Amino acid sequence: MKRNYEKVKAYSASRNQKKLAIVFLTPWIIGFIAFNLYPIVTTFCYSFTKYNLFQAPQWVGLKNYFTLFTSHEFYLSLFNTLYYVIFGVGLQLILALATAILLNLNVKGKSIFRSIYFIPSLMPPVAASLLWVWLLNPKYGLINTFLRFLHLNEPLWLISAEWTKPAIILMSLWGIGSTMVIFLAGLGDIPHVYYEAVEIDGGGAWSKFKNVTWPMLSSITFFQLISGMIAGFNIFTQTYIISQAAADKSSLGGIKNSLLFFAVNIYQEGFSYLKFGYASALAWIMLLIILIFTLIIFKTSKKWVYYRGE
Amino acid sequence: MVISKKRKFLQYFLLCLVGAFFLFPFLWLLDTSLKNDAQIFKFPPDWIPNPVMFSNYKDALHAIPFLHYTGNTVKIVFFAVLGNLISAPMIGYAFAKLHWRGRNKVFILVLATMMLPFQVTMIPLYSMYVKLGWINTIAPLVVPDFFGKAFFIFLMRQFFLTIPEEMSQAARIDGASEFRIYWNICLPLAKPAVVSVGLFAFIWSWTDFLGPLIFLTQSDKWTISIGLSQFTTSHGLDWKLLMAGATMFMLPMIILFFIMQKTFIQGINTSGLKE
Repeated sequence: MKRNYEKVKAYSASRNQKKLAIVFLTPWIIGFIAFNLYPIVTTFCYSFTKYNLFQAPQWVGLKNYFTLFTSHEFYLSLFNTLYYVIFGVGLQLILALATAILLNLNVKGKSIFRSIYFIPSLMPPVAASLLWVWLLNPKYGLINTFLRFLHLNEPLWLISAEWTKPAIILMSLWGIGSTMVIFLAGLGDIPHVYYEAVEIDGGGAWSKFKNVTWPMLSSITFFQLISGMIAGFNIFTQTYIISQAAADKSSLGGIKNSLLFFAVNIYQEGFSYLKFGYASALAWIMLLIILIFTLIIFKTSKKWVYYRGE
Repeated sequence: MVISKKRKFLQYFLLCLVGAFFLFPFLWLLDTSLKNDAQIFKFPPDWIPNPVMFSNYKDALHAIPFLHYTGNTVKIVFFAVLGNLISAPMIGYAFAKLHWRGRNKVFILVLATMMLPFQVTMIPLYSMYVKLGWINTIAPLVVPDFFGKAFFIFLMRQFFLTIPEEMSQAARIDGASEFRIYWNICLPLAKPAVVSVGLFAFIWSWTDFLGPLIFLTQSDKWTISIGLSQFTTSHGLDWKLLMAGATMFMLPMIILFFIMQKTFIQGINTSGLKE
C-alpha cells in the first residue's frame, strides 16, 4: 500500500516536472526557431537569389556559388582567415597554456600577476584595436620605440601588407587572459601525487609536462581549440577599426586586402555593396568550412584527448 | 624539496617579462591620454606627461556626444542583462533538473547554436527586423536575450547539475511544488552562476560592436563602441582624445573586475567545461 502511494507520488512529480519544463522551455523554443533555425534556412534560400533588401529576392540558381568560386576575394579571404586561425589561434593556445603553467608555479604575488595578465582580455575590442593601432604606429608607437632601443628591425606593421597579419596576431595574444584562466583552473585540479610519481621515476620537468600535465589538460585544450577556432573565423571588429583608422578607407580589408577575413568579406558584400544573396552564399560556405574543421578536430581528438575515468 | 635560488630568480624574471607585455600597453594608453600633441609626437618619447593634460578627458566627452552614447549603451546593457538573468536560469534548470524525454538530445541543439557564427544569421535577421520596424531601436540588441543565449544556458545547466538531487527530493516530500523547488531552493543555491551570467552579459553587451553597427544606423542611437570607432573618421586621428575616450570606455569593466575578481575567475572556470 505504502509503495503504491510512493509510486503515485513519483509519477505526479514527474508529470509536474514535465509541465514546468514546458513552461521553462517555451522561450528557448521560440528563440531557437526565430533567431537560429529561421535565419539559417533563410540564408540558405537567399544564397540562390539576387537580393538587395529593397526588392523581393530574385531566383538566380547557383550563380552566386559560381561567382564565389571564381572570385579572387573569396580565396584571399579564405587564405587570410586560415592564416589567422592556424597561426593566431595556435599561438594563443600555446601562450595561454605557457602563462598558466608559469602562474601555477609556487611563487609569491601570484594573484597580482594573474590580474595583470587577465585584465587586457576585458578590454572592449574597439578600444583594444584603437590602442594597438597606436602602439603599432611605425614612428611614434611603443612597439617600434622598443625595437629601436634594442637596435632591431622595425616593421611597418599595419601599413605594410606582409606585416598586418602578424600585427593582428600580436594584438590577439594580448587578450589571452580568459583562456589562460581556464587552463589555470585545469592545472589546479591535477592531483599532486601524479607529479610525485614522475619524480620517483626520475623524470624531469619535460617528462612531467608530457606524461601528466598535457594528458590531464587535454579535454580542456580540446574545448578551447574548438571555441578558439570558431572565434577565429569570426574575427571582424579588429579589421574594421584598423581599416577605418588607415589613410585609405576604400576597402574594409586593410592594406591590399591583407586583412580581408571571411566575416569582413560577408559584411562588405552584404552591408556595403547590398549583395545580400551573394553574402548569404558566402555565409553558408563559412558555416560548412567551420563544420568540416570541427569534425576533423573531433575525429582526431580520439587520439589525444584523455578523459578521466576512461 | 629545495629549489635553487637561480631557478626562483628565473621564474620571477619570466613572470615579470610576460607581465610587461600585458601591462605596458595599458601604461602607454594612460600615458598618451594625459599628453598634449607636442609630447605625443616627441622623439624619443618621455614617459612622464608634463604638463598632465586632464583636460583631454573633458575634451573627449565633447568631441563626440560621449555622454549621450553612454546613455544609449546603459539602456541596452540594462535590458540585455535583465533578459539573460530571467531566461538563462529557467532554461538551464529545465535541462539540468527537470526530467523529460529527449532532454540530452535537445541539449546538443543548444550547444550547436553556440557554434553558429553570427555572420550566418545576420542577413535574414536584419531583413526580419526591417519588416518589424526594429531597425534603429534597441529591440534587436535586447529581445533575443529574453529567449536565452546558448552560452548562458550551458553555464547555468552545468551549475545546476552540481546541486544534489536530494535537496529537491526532500522539498518534494514536504509538498513543495516544482516551481517552488526551483525558485526557493535551487535558484538561491545557484547565485554564483547567476552572478556570472549577469557579469558576462554586461561585458558582452557593453563591448558589442557588430550588433549596434548593423542595427543602429542613426547616429543619435549609437552606443559608445560605435561612437569611439567614429573618432577615427570624423576627427582625423586625434590620439590623445581617442586614448582618453578608450580609457573611459573600459573603466566600468576594470572597476567591476576589481570588485568581483573572484566571481569573474569562477565564472570563466565554470565555462571551461569542467565536469
